[in-house]
Amino acid sequence: MNKNSKGLQRAMTAPFTVWMAIFIIIPIALVLFYAFTDANGSFTFSNILSIWEYRSTYIVSIELAFVATVICLLLAYPLAYSISRMKARHQQTMVLLVMLPMWMNFLIRTYAWMTILEDTGLINTLVKGFLSLFGYEFEGFAMINTNGAIILGMVYNFLPYMILPIYTVLTKIDHSVIEAARDLGANGLHVFTKVLLPQSVPGIISGITMVFVPAVSTFIISKLLGGGMTYLIGDIIENYFLGNTGEVNYNVGAALSLVLMVLILISMGIMNRFDKDAETSGGGLF
Amino acid sequence: MKYVSRFYNFIVFAFLYSPIVVMIVYSFNGIKSRSVFEGFSLQWYKELFNDAVIMKSLYVSLLIAVLAAVISTVIGTLAAVGINSMKGFRKKLYLSVNNIPMVNPEIVTAVSMMILFVFIISKSNTLEMGFGTLLISHITFCIPYVTLEVLPKIRGMDNNIYNAALDLGCPPAKAFLKVVIPQIKPGIVTGFIMAFTLSLDDFIISYFNSGSTVQTLSVTIFSMTKKPYSPKINALSTLLFVTILILLVSVNLKQMRDDAKKKGAKK
Amino acid sequence: MANNIIDLKKISVAFDGEQILKDMDLTIEDKEFLTLLGPSGCGKTTTLRIIAGFLQPDSGDVIFDGKLINGVPAHKRQVNTIFQRYALFTHLNVFENIAFGLRIQKKKEQEIKETVTEMLSLVNLKGFETRDINTLSGGQQQRVAIARALAVKPRVLLLDEPLGALDLKLRKDMQNELKNIQQRLGITFIYVTHDQEEALSMSDKIVVMNNGVIQQIGTPIDIYNEPENAFVADFIGESNIVDGIMKEDFVCKFSGATFKCLDKGFEKNEPVDVVVRPEDVDVVPIEQGMLKGKVTSVTFKGVHFEIIVDIGGFKWMIQSTDEQFVGDNIGLYIEPDAIHIMKKSEYSGLYGDFSSFSEEFDELSDVNAGTEDADDE
Repeated sequence: MNKNSKGLQRAMTAPFTVWMAIFIIIPIALVLFYAFTDANGSFTFSNILSIWEYRSTYIVSIELAFVATVICLLLAYPLAYSISRMKARHQQTMVLLVMLPMWMNFLIRTYAWMTILEDTGLINTLVKGFLSLFGYEFEGFAMINTNGAIILGMVYNFLPYMILPIYTVLTKIDHSVIEAARDLGANGLHVFTKVLLPQSVPGIISGITMVFVPAVSTFIISKLLGGGMTYLIGDIIENYFLGNTGEVNYNVGAALSLVLMVLILISMGIMNRFDKDAETSGGGLF
Repeated sequence: MKYVSRFYNFIVFAFLYSPIVVMIVYSFNGIKSRSVFEGFSLQWYKELFNDAVIMKSLYVSLLIAVLAAVISTVIGTLAAVGINSMKGFRKKLYLSVNNIPMVNPEIVTAVSMMILFVFIISKSNTLEMGFGTLLISHITFCIPYVTLEVLPKIRGMDNNIYNAALDLGCPPAKAFLKVVIPQIKPGIVTGFIMAFTLSLDDFIISYFNSGSTVQTLSVTIFSMTKKPYSPKINALSTLLFVTILILLVSVNLKQMRDDAKKKGAKK
Repeated sequence: MANNIIDLKKISVAFDGEQILKDMDLTIEDKEFLTLLGPSGCGKTTTLRIIAGFLQPDSGDVIFDGKLINGVPAHKRQVNTIFQRYALFTHLNVFENIAFGLRIQKKKEQEIKETVTEMLSLVNLKGFETRDINTLSGGQQQRVAIARALAVKPRVLLLDEPLGALDLKLRKDMQNELKNIQQRLGITFIYVTHDQEEALSMSDKIVVMNNGVIQQIGTPIDIYNEPENAFVADFIGESNIVDGIMKEDFVCKFSGATFKCLDKGFEKNEPVDVVVRPEDVDVVPIEQGMLKGKVTSVTFKGVHFEIIVDIGGFKWMIQSTDEQFVGDNIGLYIEPDAIHIMKKSEYSGLYGDFSSFSEEFDELSDVNAGTEDADDE
């Protein structure tokens, strides 16, 4: 391609460059700035230090998101695998079925579970009704406003994000690779542990990221299904910025966001290393 | 084994769809209850259409989604072409910046933009949070998806196609419009659709950046969840679900027909 | 019987109602290099997959070393496959790819190391142990695939168009190397290809297939010199195939002239197909010619000229080292041993006329056939 057209192509990035600089780079710089200054704009560590107060909130957020991610992975892999083994025509339909709930508004999806899990909700009403047929009095399960409900909400909302990348990576595995493994004497278990699983690591990693990041930073699921009983880190940040239940303080809010961002960057760094290790296991030269 | 896997698939799909089914059923409930179903009625649908707040926010959501999708598709497509011609550090830098909003938790993207808007507004007297900030924030988080959708299409395009156009006497800008754009059209269309749906579906970014005067549908739904239960939400959800279902199915049917045609032509 | 390693008996397979193999019988001797040759869709790859155990025939028996192995799954057969696009494990390095089967068998580390080293030197890849698969060239990947299959010491190696993805020069080198490896190891190779040259130069025995039916089984020389029908004659090498009549033993008549030949056993005046290879036709001055015709096209091919001659409306192809010119009338001479007589078959009249001949056209149809093949199999 000649020099002229290269110049033209470079010029095409100008709107992007300006836009992203103003609305992505500067805001992040502002988060940094606010995190290290007080209300008068002078430098301070007190915001970052005050985060120590919220350590248990970070831990609970990570715990719940971790459990939800693991459940998603365990639920998603077998489904993704069985879809990837179907006829092409059926695969298309199944993928559509997986994606369809994702197209529903996130809030509505979460809200629907309130209807089901509530003390006077569908499950309890059904169980109570059933037991009363036999003369039992039943108080009903306490489901809503528990950590279990929050995890369920996370799993429900983010499960498709785990299924799709794993499915994609599984369909990309050349079927003859599996045949080659069988041909060399591998039974079903061997094929899974030695070929399928290692080759699907990239899909698993991107699935984990796509589930863990929104789960760990959510505030809606905890609000709707946790009933405000469990505060997650997203709830705290929301409060500092919008002040629904407390004082507005952008500086502490920025510090909390910064720490959340760094935590996620670190965990993604670890994940990507894991991915690389898997790809060159056995000590490749490159 | 086959039955085990079928049963398993059924269970997972039942899990994915049960809340939706419950919602649809209760949207036709004759009484205002989340547990008891009594008589079929369309009263919640009637109330829904008479609810000015919901209708207004639906209009805002659609308008924002269309504008954000158009603008982010233009910026993102141009950026993809430029990024594709880059090499080395510069390319890495641009791709990393592009990735920031996708990797960052949405809430962090939302509050970081909010800080910027509040900062600018505090320096001026006339500006305020509202439609403008909402649109800017939506464009911002849509751009990266468009770029990433278009980029592989450009990479997969034969560079000589563009050169051939120049060779035949077409000026660069015209060659871009007449030759490159049609080649990468599928990527642009997917990018546009993604931007549109992401914008329509978004809650977190809108929640922090819309101010108090303008509300998207998501924000309205959120405020409804905090009020006493109203089956209007169910009615609204049902309508949204049916709309999406019809759209998706018709797109897919069209695709299947096209595939079948292609196959037919080949034989 | 004792040294037959594989017996296929009355194998039939159909996909989606389309018959791929029809009552196929095939016996494969131990330690031979056998090639399944045919155009795409002829059933050759299907045959291979049945032997490998990836596919169950609808009916018929697969017998391995005297034992019925119909239901035995792929991973329990002493048969290994080289796949079309190699099917290497990209998450493992070269060493681990080759060691894969041995690790499954839970061999000792020392033994694994020895075997892998031995295999790497067999395929000339010493020093590549720790290389990442993605950094290897096509030819190198091919060698790793061969080493991986041979490491588990199969009795039979199945090769599914293994050289298809390589360029011409490399393909010739690998042909020699494969043949060498086969002879050195003394195991059976079953090789699938649609490339007749490859088949002729490597095989001990060739099985020509079309539409799921074996057309001919024989040595490369038999197949070339004594094709069974017009399909085989056309598929292997270039052939002029004309309608003829067997006047009596050793005498036949075609293109308006009577010729001596070496064939017998036909009925008197039986209609037959006559095959004459282009290189067996000599150009002579017109008055000495057994056949006379007009040159319609001349192409220089390096070793020889390819000349199309119109004889009574039928276009003959002749290969000659002497240049001829379009428009010239020339005479043709054919030795009795250059004439091969075949019984009429379903393929009579379909092949062997060069009037619509165009190499480019041939290649085009090959490419199309190739993509369809990939869809089906």
